[in-house]
Amino acid sequence: MSAGQPPFDSPEIRRLSPVIGPGYTYGSVTDKISAIVLTRPTSLGWYVGFLIAFSVMGMMTVAIGWLIIKGTGIWGINIPIGWGFAIVNFVWWIGIGHAGTLISAILFLLNQKWRTSINRFAEAMTLFAVACAGIFPLIHTGRPWLAFYMMPYPSTMGLWPQFRSPLIWDVFAVSTYGTVSLMFWFVGLIPDLATLRDRSIRKPLQIIYGLLSLGWRGSARHWHRYQSAYLLLAGLATPLVLSVHTVVSFDFAIAIVPGWHTTIFPPYFVAGAIYSGFAMVLTIAIPLRKAYALEDFITMRHLDNMAKVMLATGLIVAYGYFFEFFLSLYSGNKFDVFLVQQRLHGPYAPFYFALILSNILVPQLLWSYKVRHNVVVLFLMSIVVNIGMWLERFVIVVISLTRDFVPSAWGRYSPTFWDWATLIGTMGMFATLLFLFVRVLPAISIAEMRELVAETSEEEK
Amino acid sequence: MRPSDLYGVMGEFGTPEELLEAIKKVRQAGYRRLDAYAPFPIEGLSDALGLKRNLVPAITLLGGLAGGIGGFGFQYWAAAITYPLNIGGRPLNSWPAFIPVTFELTILGASLAAVFGMLALNKLPHPHHPVFNVARFTHASSDRFFVCIEAKDPNFHLEKCARLLQEVHAHHITEVSND
Repeated sequence: MSAGQPPFDSPEIRRLSPVIGPGYTYGSVTDKISAIVLTRPTSLGWYVGFLIAFSVMGMMTVAIGWLIIKGTGIWGINIPIGWGFAIVNFVWWIGIGHAGTLISAILFLLNQKWRTSINRFAEAMTLFAVACAGIFPLIHTGRPWLAFYMMPYPSTMGLWPQFRSPLIWDVFAVSTYGTVSLMFWFVGLIPDLATLRDRSIRKPLQIIYGLLSLGWRGSARHWHRYQSAYLLLAGLATPLVLSVHTVVSFDFAIAIVPGWHTTIFPPYFVAGAIYSGFAMVLTIAIPLRKAYALEDFITMRHLDNMAKVMLATGLIVAYGYFFEFFLSLYSGNKFDVFLVQQRLHGPYAPFYFALILSNILVPQLLWSYKVRHNVVVLFLMSIVVNIGMWLERFVIVVISLTRDFVPSAWGRYSPTFWDWATLIGTMGMFATLLFLFVRVLPAISIAEMRELVAETSEEEK
Repeated sequence: MRPSDLYGVMGEFGTPEELLEAIKKVRQAGYRRLDAYAPFPIEGLSDALGLKRNLVPAITLLGGLAGGIGGFGFQYWAAAITYPLNIGGRPLNSWPAFIPVTFELTILGASLAAVFGMLALNKLPHPHHPVFNVARFTHASSDRFFVCIEAKDPNFHLEKCARLLQEVHAHHITEVSND
């Protein structure tokens, strides 16, 4: 222990729980994590949970099927509110994905050891959230089978996409984000897939995991290049994750609609994305560690740190709300001032106040050590923030579009049953993918946990 | 066993420290064609084996440049040359509007190059390899560390290598056959 740190029995040190429980060896972390996939019998809870999630996903399939038969008229969208739930949900889901990349890339570059046990499922969460997000713009086109028009391909019409449009930037940003997240996740999985190949007893599993592991054998020469590639991917994913929600915010900020046309959007969208993402990581981590008895790997330290990141990004978001408000008033632009009044007193004011309550006021409880260490309260709070961030996108999309420049273009928006069915259905799809993921792949990176064991055993010497 | 059937001789170790120590001694004895196998990346292992800087960063840079230059060039070609749209006399090469896509394609090109470059240099996928013939090698992906002196080494001699591994306290010493 270096000089300047408090002595061991001081309250500061006692309060910091370790990032891994005591007494673990390379073999025991391997056993414990791989057993979830290979040897532990699938619990009744898993089957029940999967069945519920899968049924909810079935509702999404029905909703999308009906949409394809009838067209977007089954939704609540109208003129002037052409965006509605599809864009609200798209922005919400894509934002949730951001925490996964933040944990796996940025915390990796910053050498934060506590990322190790949560990065794998956070990355999986990113992929599944991007998959859910991607559905919405696709079905919002009305003719999803023609969505390939947005890609640059040599068509017989001689047309090319309009590269000056933020909607095309979005196509490139989201597809790059999905691809890079998938590669980052898979590269991280390769050594663990080799572990599963070597530890499974049944031949079919050995073949499947063997193929997926690409024949990884842990050679020092391979690790040498692997580490370079992983570090580079982390370095590339970091600016990428910041760019993705920036581009998403451009969908709004490049337009001249009151309430959207503001330079604060990119940073505050990125902060909001990380905020909602960490909330979702907590929503998943808390039941996961309970269900699979992973309290030694996902310790209170992890939950505490994630709660602190939520508090910090929540304050950035609060700053964003404040400046959005202030700049509108300070601009003297009557449309912007009017929009602020509409947020406070208009027909959708309850949504705005619910948003302030759930995104700014309730999370202030996280200043308290006791709240951050109360798993149940933390879980409930993560759900409140998830709802709050959804409300934020609803407020941005709906209030601005219903209160445009000319009163004759004003309107009202209310979602229909099919809007709700699609939103809740994607939650089912997200949960289904997560259930399958924890069943067939190691939810915690085994190779990195062994590294953590090696590092902690060195520190103890 | 004919010499050509022999891939090498392998020793097993229990900790990263033992592994690093053993590699040091094996290299001091003059062997260069050797490889180590570990369940996680070990600090100092690349240096111990005398591995030089690898090509992954250079390939990644090339991929990024290709993505960035190709991405911008493509947008310029589409918007200014092959399908020019005169919108109120605004410039056709409106380069600031091309930056987001250029940026994304730079990242995409570099990431694809990093991953596929790494796999290609590592010659993966490679589902079967002689080291998998060693029964205890399944531990290389969980809790054991291995050194293999390969038969390709000009100084290779089975008994001498086995004795050397014994001297550096390898737990199990096994011949690795090629098939």
